Amino acid sequence: MSDHLSSYEPKNAFSKWMDSRLPVMRMMHGQFVDFPTPRNLNYMWTFGGILTFMLMVQIVSGLVLSMHYQASDADAFNSVEAIRRDVNYGWLLRNIHAVGASMFFFAVYLHMARGLYYGSYKAPREILWILGVIIFLLMMATGFMGYALVWGQMSFWGVTVITNLFSAIPLVGGAITKWLWGGYSVSGVTLNRFFSLHFLLPFVITGVVMLHIWALHVVGQNNPTGLDIKTKSDSVPMLPFAIMKDAFALAMFVLIYAWFIFFVPNYLGDADNYIEANPLSTPPHIVPEWYFLPFYAILRSIPSKLGGVVMMFGSIALLAFLPWLDTSNVRSAKYRPKFKWFLWAFFFSVIALGYLGGKPAEGSYVIWSRVFTAYYFIFFLVIMPVLGLIEKPLKLPNSIMDAVLGGGGPMAGSAAAAAPEKR
Amino acid sequence: MGYLVDTVLIYFEEAVLASETKMRSAGTATGQHGAAGDQAEPTRRDFITTAALGWAGVGGAISLWPFIQQMNPDASTQALSSTEVDLAPIKEGQAITVLWRGKPVFIRNRTKDEIAKAKETPLASLNDKTAENGALPERATADDANRVKKGKENWLVLVGICTHLGCIPKGQSLADARGDFGGYFCPCHGSHYDTSGRIRKGPAPRNLEVPPYEFVSDTKIKIG
Repeated sequence: MSDHLSSYEPKNAFSKWMDSRLPVMRMMHGQFVDFPTPRNLNYMWTFGGILTFMLMVQIVSGLVLSMHYQASDADAFNSVEAIRRDVNYGWLLRNIHAVGASMFFFAVYLHMARGLYYGSYKAPREILWILGVIIFLLMMATGFMGYALVWGQMSFWGVTVITNLFSAIPLVGGAITKWLWGGYSVSGVTLNRFFSLHFLLPFVITGVVMLHIWALHVVGQNNPTGLDIKTKSDSVPMLPFAIMKDAFALAMFVLIYAWFIFFVPNYLGDADNYIEANPLSTPPHIVPEWYFLPFYAILRSIPSKLGGVVMMFGSIALLAFLPWLDTSNVRSAKYRPKFKWFLWAFFFSVIALGYLGGKPAEGSYVIWSRVFTAYYFIFFLVIMPVLGLIEKPLKLPNSIMDAVLGGGGPMAGSAAAAAPEKR
Repeated sequence: MGYLVDTVLIYFEEAVLASETKMRSAGTATGQHGAAGDQAEPTRRDFITTAALGWAGVGGAISLWPFIQQMNPDASTQALSSTEVDLAPIKEGQAITVLWRGKPVFIRNRTKDEIAKAKETPLASLNDKTAENGALPERATADDANRVKKGKENWLVLVGICTHLGCIPKGQSLADARGDFGGYFCPCHGSHYDTSGRIRKGPAPRNLEVPPYEFVSDTKIKIG
């Protein structure tokens, strides 16, 4: 798509003057108006736009919350309560931000699942995918530090457990945790620096998102067939087709978001976090927010401290290597009859790990956590590389257009059988 | 720095090599770049560029230091690092928790039974065989004698933080579950400690830490 030329034509004297000095309108028109979009995109392709929207919502609501928040161990908890009770519309802003974090992760997990199912990580989209993994990591760091700011019991002990993960590093672990804390334990000093970083990271995310979109617009969007756009008839212009679809999906998404904000704002939170942080008493069950549960389950399933930490970070780092772990040259799981089922089993494992991560670490919960953790790693490290070599994919359609029309014509069969994608 | 020194050495080495080759093939060398195979001879400009970049790199790395160091605990935090505790009101079998450096410290007046259980545990059955006692050398073994002060075997003083992921183990108040070994039990991820605070079962890698402390009088200790 990098060869796509903008059809922008400046209409009046000012836009002509501007166009010869800073052609920003030409760029925007080329990238977001007449940009060629595969004509067969389904609703799983609307989460990119939804995520961009969520990032803006979190930045705007977070900015206004920071005008009322006090980042000190004595005042943090009370200032959050004051936002909820006293600040004009504070209850709304706070709910938008707190529920927003959950909705953000909900959308990003669907976005990632879409990428896995349709092979959006494969050549030539490796950099696009890796940038996405980086955004995911930054989101996790931001979400984790934001949760700490509430300074409730779950905030405090969540931070204690997660920062203690670094103490598992041999030799320098103790020094690193002391450095992160700015003391000998989690304290107001830690809270203050988390506030600074929580404010900074969304802007870093914005920067990486721009690179992510740039990379997307160089290689073009993937689509349910995994085929490239070959002719003009395979694509439609972004406006109105893709934009209208995105807008409709966004409206549906916001409807669910609003339901949480106005009716069940605490449903996704933890009641213990309405108790102020107390360094002398640990809640009986420390659980992170739901969006971290699968990784928390992996951490707890390993009966060794360092091992658990390595596996947890490894489970995320592994994602960055997918473009090279998957040896199949067919992108979409739609045409991979065996891979499809292993992938659904993987999705099931992640959801199961999420359930188990919220349960106490004892008895059969531990055993099942180990089973699903094992499958998580086997899927990426064994099934993906091996299956790509031995699986016989289904017949690919000739083109996106053929797939849409359902036919294929006489040409479809012979030439297209499992033809690897080449650019 | 090592890189810079290497660069300088390589520069001189190659200069010498090049001049030797030049002398040997006198007349056939095609000027400045003709010597030593295809390798272009580094020029004085290359040297200056490398030296300048190296210098700027070292300067940049050094100026990062204050930005990293500011996150470490400052002198005022470190100064708050000792606490005196009066042990007189703690009866046999009772325990109290005090704060030291923002961390809970467990102080327990152990019963005779608890002391006996801790003493008779063979070293071989321990997961972590080192004393984890700040006052003793690192090699000291985890015998109960190395976890307490001589002559004061009933007083067990521990940093009350699970060595797994930093939760506070249960066992200080009477109603608490004290785990399979009668000492402490961490409910977060299920670590069991014995009556000497040693890890016996569960994911925690080390024994509960014994903080540095001393008896300033018969019934008073100073932690830190």
